[in-house]
Amino acid sequence: MVNTDKAVEVINQYIDIPGGLLECLHGIQSVFGFVPKETIDDIADGFNISRAEVHGVISYYHDFKTSPRGKKVVRICQAEACQSMGSRDLTRRVEEILGVKIDETRVDGAVSLETVYCFGNCALSPNVEIDGKLHARVTSDNFEKLVKGEEA
Amino acid sequence: MTYEHDIDYGTPAKKTDKAVTVEIDGRTITVPEGTSVMRAAREGGVDIPSLCATDSIKEYGSCRLCLIEVDGVRGTPASCTTPVSEGMSVKTTSDRLTQLRRGIMELYISDHPDDDSPLHDMARLVGLEGNRYGKDGHNHLKTIIDDSNPYFSFDPAKCILCARCVRACEEVQGTFALTIDGRGFDSKIAAGTDQDFLSSDCVSCGACVQACPTDSLFEKRAMEMGKPEKTVITTCAYCGVGCGFKAEVKNDEVVSMMPWKEGQANQGHSCVKGRFAWDYAIHEDRILNPMIRENITDPWQKVGWDEAIDFAAKRLMDIQKEHGRKSIGGITSSRCTNEEVFVVQKLIRAGFKNNNVDTCARVCHSPTGYGLRETLGTSAGTQTFDSVMDTDVMMVIGANPPDAHPVFASQMKRRLREGAKLIVIDPRKTGLVKSPHVKADFHLPLQPGTNVAMINAIAHTVMTEGLMNQDYINERCDTDAFNDWLDFIIQPQNSPEVVSEYTGVNAEDIREAARLYATGGNAAIYYGLGVTEHSQGSTMVIGMANLAMATGNIGRLGVGVNPLRGQNNVQGSCDMGSFPHEFPGYRPVGNDEARGEFEEEWGVDLDPVPGYRIPNMFDAAVDGKYKAMYIQGEDVAQSDPNTHHVEAAMNALDLLIVQDLFLNETARFAHVFFPGTSFLEKNGTFTNAERRISRVRKVMEPVQGMDEWEITCRLGRAMGYDMHYNNASEIMDEIARLTPTFRNVSFDLLDEKGSVQWPCNEKAPEGTPIMHIDGFVRGKGNFILTEYVPTTERSTRKFPLILTTGRILSQYNVGAQTRRTKNNVWHDKDVLDIHPHDAENRGIVDGDMVMIQSRMGETVLEARITENMQPGVVYTTFHMPESGANIITTDNSDWATSCPEYKVTAVEVRQTNRKSDWQEEFDDFSESTRHIAE
Repeated sequence: MVNTDKAVEVINQYIDIPGGLLECLHGIQSVFGFVPKETIDDIADGFNISRAEVHGVISYYHDFKTSPRGKKVVRICQAEACQSMGSRDLTRRVEEILGVKIDETRVDGAVSLETVYCFGNCALSPNVEIDGKLHARVTSDNFEKLVKGEEA
Repeated sequence: MTYEHDIDYGTPAKKTDKAVTVEIDGRTITVPEGTSVMRAAREGGVDIPSLCATDSIKEYGSCRLCLIEVDGVRGTPASCTTPVSEGMSVKTTSDRLTQLRRGIMELYISDHPDDDSPLHDMARLVGLEGNRYGKDGHNHLKTIIDDSNPYFSFDPAKCILCARCVRACEEVQGTFALTIDGRGFDSKIAAGTDQDFLSSDCVSCGACVQACPTDSLFEKRAMEMGKPEKTVITTCAYCGVGCGFKAEVKNDEVVSMMPWKEGQANQGHSCVKGRFAWDYAIHEDRILNPMIRENITDPWQKVGWDEAIDFAAKRLMDIQKEHGRKSIGGITSSRCTNEEVFVVQKLIRAGFKNNNVDTCARVCHSPTGYGLRETLGTSAGTQTFDSVMDTDVMMVIGANPPDAHPVFASQMKRRLREGAKLIVIDPRKTGLVKSPHVKADFHLPLQPGTNVAMINAIAHTVMTEGLMNQDYINERCDTDAFNDWLDFIIQPQNSPEVVSEYTGVNAEDIREAARLYATGGNAAIYYGLGVTEHSQGSTMVIGMANLAMATGNIGRLGVGVNPLRGQNNVQGSCDMGSFPHEFPGYRPVGNDEARGEFEEEWGVDLDPVPGYRIPNMFDAAVDGKYKAMYIQGEDVAQSDPNTHHVEAAMNALDLLIVQDLFLNETARFAHVFFPGTSFLEKNGTFTNAERRISRVRKVMEPVQGMDEWEITCRLGRAMGYDMHYNNASEIMDEIARLTPTFRNVSFDLLDEKGSVQWPCNEKAPEGTPIMHIDGFVRGKGNFILTEYVPTTERSTRKFPLILTTGRILSQYNVGAQTRRTKNNVWHDKDVLDIHPHDAENRGIVDGDMVMIQSRMGETVLEARITENMQPGVVYTTFHMPESGANIITTDNSDWATSCPEYKVTAVEVRQTNRKSDWQEEFDDFSESTRHIAE
C-alpha cells in the first residue's frame, strides 16, 4: 500500500514553486523509489492539472520510474561514444553476470539494469553507474569486481 | 444558404487594430499584426499544405509541411509559426519547397497504413508518388484500436503525433484528458494515464475527433455510412447554449452532426449530447402513428391523422360545452420551435378562447423573466456569450456549466485560463470550482435556500465599504428606488456576519468575494436553476440585478446578469407568449391596445383575464374544474414537483392530449397521442440563452407524416377556428408583425445572417448582442428590496438533511432523449450523493440502496459517498423516471411566479433493501398503460 498522506506531504512542498512538478516527481521518487500510480491523482490535484498531464511528464523522462526498481540499480550508457568503445558487448556481458535483461528488474527484485544515453563522461567511455556512483572505462572483467565491491 | 464555406485558416485570428501588409506569391495581403503567414496566405486565397495546424488551436509547428521561403531570410521557416511583418515577401512554392515537402510526406507515409486516408490526400497534394523506404522497418502499423468510446475510435496506426487532439482537448474543450505518452519513436497519444478513452477523464465532446487530420480518431457511424452527400445547417435541440451544427446527410439519413464553425453560440465546438447523442431521433421507441383510446386502461388504437384530430376536437368542444369555456387549456414546450409554440398558444387563446396556457419555463426560469423585467425592463439575459471573453470577474451562482451548459463552460474556462477571477456560490463543489487549470478564487458553499441572504450580504459589503459605482447609479437608476434600497441593504441583518449564521459561509469570505466582484474590473453574473427554483427565486434574481446595477456592471461588454437557460428554446417559448398573462413579446393580455392588435390579426375576441398557471391547472383538475389538456412536448408526470399530486391531476382529466416523440410518463394518462417530430424533421427557429434566434432546418421529412405546427392548426380548424399556414416561415412573419422586439426577424434575414439576437427591429435591424447599453429598457434601473425570508422547508429532527437536485453532462433533463442513446454508458442510473459524515452516522456505505423520505413521499436510490457534498446536504440527478426524484420534492414555490422549489427538500436517508411503494406501482402501471393494440 502506498502511503498517500506521505505523498501529499511531499506534493505540498512544491505546488507553489513555478515548474515545481518535476521537483515534486523527484521528491516522490526519492520517498517511494518510483512514482506510484496511486499518487497521480494527488499530484494532479495539488498542481491543479490533469492526470493526463502528470502522466505525460512522467512518461517523457526515463528517470521517472513507474514501478519499484531493484535494490541495486546498474545503468549502462548506450550513446555513441560509449558504443564505439564497446558498451553493447559490455551490456550483453553484464546481462549475463546479473541475470537480468537491459531495462528490466530481476524477478527477485535484487537488481535493475537500465539504459542511459550519456553521462557526459565520454572521454572515459564506456561508462557504468552503480547505485548512483559513476565508473569509467568499465570492462566486463572489472565490472564483476565493481559489482561485488559495491555489494561489500 | 451562404454558409457552406468552411475554410480552415490554420491559426487563430488575431485581434488588434494594427494592420500589416505582406506579399505572398505576388499577392498583396493585409492582415492584423501578429497573424501567421499561413493564415495571411489562406485569407488571401493562397493555400499552404499543412497537417498540424488548425485555426481553433494555437500554432505548433511540428509537421514541417507548411514551409515557406521569405525574401532575405535563410532557410525555410514554418508558415504557421512565422508571424507576418511589414513588407515581408513570401513564396509558398518553389522546387526546393516541393522537394522538402515530399521528403517529409514520404516519411509519414512510410509509417502509415495503405488504406486511403486524409493523409494520402495530403501526399497527393504535395505530389508524392510512392515511398522509397518501404514498410519493413520499425513502424507503428500493428497497434491496437481503442474502441471503448461508444461514438468514436482511436487507431494509433494512422496517428502522426501532431497533437491536434491533445491541444483541442486542452485549448478548445478545457478538459486536458489527453497527452503524449513517452518520447521519440515510442511516443503515442494517450488518454488519461494511458487508459482507454472511456475510462479516462474524456467527456466525449468530439473536439479531438474533429481536430484529427488523419482519421486516426474517427466517428464510428461516419465510418460505417461513408461520405455524406449534403450538409444542412441547423441548431442543436438540447440545452440553452443553442449550438449551430452541420448535419451531414446521406440518403436522408444523418451521417454525423458536425459543430458549425460559424455558429455564433458555439464557434465550432460541441458537447457529447449535441455532437453524438442525437440518435434518439431515429430510435425505435418513436411513435409514428396518431393513437386514441376511451380510457387510459384501454390499449392504444392506432388511427389516421383525421380520426385522431376529430376525436380530440370533438371531445374538447364537448367538455367546453358541459364545463365551460375555461375548463380546457394546454402547455407549450420549450423543446419545440418558436413557430410550434406560437401556434399552440394561439390555438388556446383564439381557438379555446381562454388564456389557460403555460409552459415548462414555469418550472425553471420564470423568476428570471419576472426579476429582470421588474428591475431592468426585459425578461432576458443582458449579454452575448462572447461577452465573457471581456469579463474580469465571473460570479457563478447556482449553475453547473460544465455539466449543464458544456460548450459555454469551455468558453468560460478559456477566459479563466487567461486569468479572469472566479467566484462560485453553490452548495456543491461543482466542476467549475476546481478542474485542471481552473480554480475558483472563492467558493461560497452556502446552505440550499439561503441565496437571498447571501446576495444581500454581498450587496451590504459593497454599499457599506463604499465599493459601489455612484456615478452609474446617479445617471442610470431611479434615485428614490435606490435610496430605499440603500436604507434596507445597509441594515445590520444583511451584514455578512449575521448572514453567515444561515448560509454557513464564513463572513470574511463573503466580504472578500464582494470586494472582488465590485472592484475586479468587468464583473459578470452567470446563474442557473440553483437561483430560480426556490421559494425566493424571483427575489434572488432581483437581488443579482440590484448588485449589478449598484456596481455599474450592466450595459457593456464583459458584464451583465446572465441566466444560463436550461432548454434549447426556453427563452423562445417565453418570448412566444406561453404565459397565461402575456401575449407574445411579454405584452399583458389585460392591455387593451396589445389585445386589440392580436384580435385584429387573429379575427376573434380574446379573453382579457389571465388563465391558469401549471400548478393551478393541476389544482383545478383535482378540484374537478379543469377537464382537458393539450400538452406539447413536456413530461409533467416526471418533471414537475410532487408527482403524487400531478398524477392525481392527470387522472382527474376527462381528456389528455399528449404530443411527443415517445410514450412518455405523462402519456400513460393520455387519451389522444399525436406523434411529434424531432428537430431533424422541423423547419423553424430556436432562441437560446443569449436571445439568439437560430434556424432549425429540415434534414428529413417528418417521419410521422405531419409538421407539428400543422397538427395544431388542424386541431384548431376541427374546432372551428381557422388557422392556416403554408410553411413555418409564414408563422415567423406573423410573430414579427405582432411582436415589437421581433419586427425585423424573418427566415430570410436569419438565412443571411446565420442568427440574430432580439430585439431585432427598426432600432436594431440586425439584432442586439448587448442590452441596456445607453440606458435600461424600462427607463431608469429599478432597485427593489430583497428581504430574506427563509423557506418553510427546513431541516427538522425528522428530516435532518436537505436534498437538492441537478443534472449531469451525459443525460438531459427527464432523459426522454438521452436515455435512448449510448450516453447511458456514462450514467445509467441516478444516485444519491452524500457526505462521508452523514453516511457514517447512518451506517451507509458506498453503493448501498437508500430510502430517501420527505414529508411528500419516499423513493429509493443507490448512495454514492463524496466530499463534493457538504455535511447536511444530499444531491441527486433526476434523469430516470423510476428514480422518482419528484415523488419527494414539495409543492413549495416561488412567491411571484410559482416556480417550484426543487432545490430544497428536507429529507431523511436510511439504508434499505427494497424499492419504494411508488416505484413498485410505477413498474406495474407503466406496463399496463402503455399497451398498443396491434
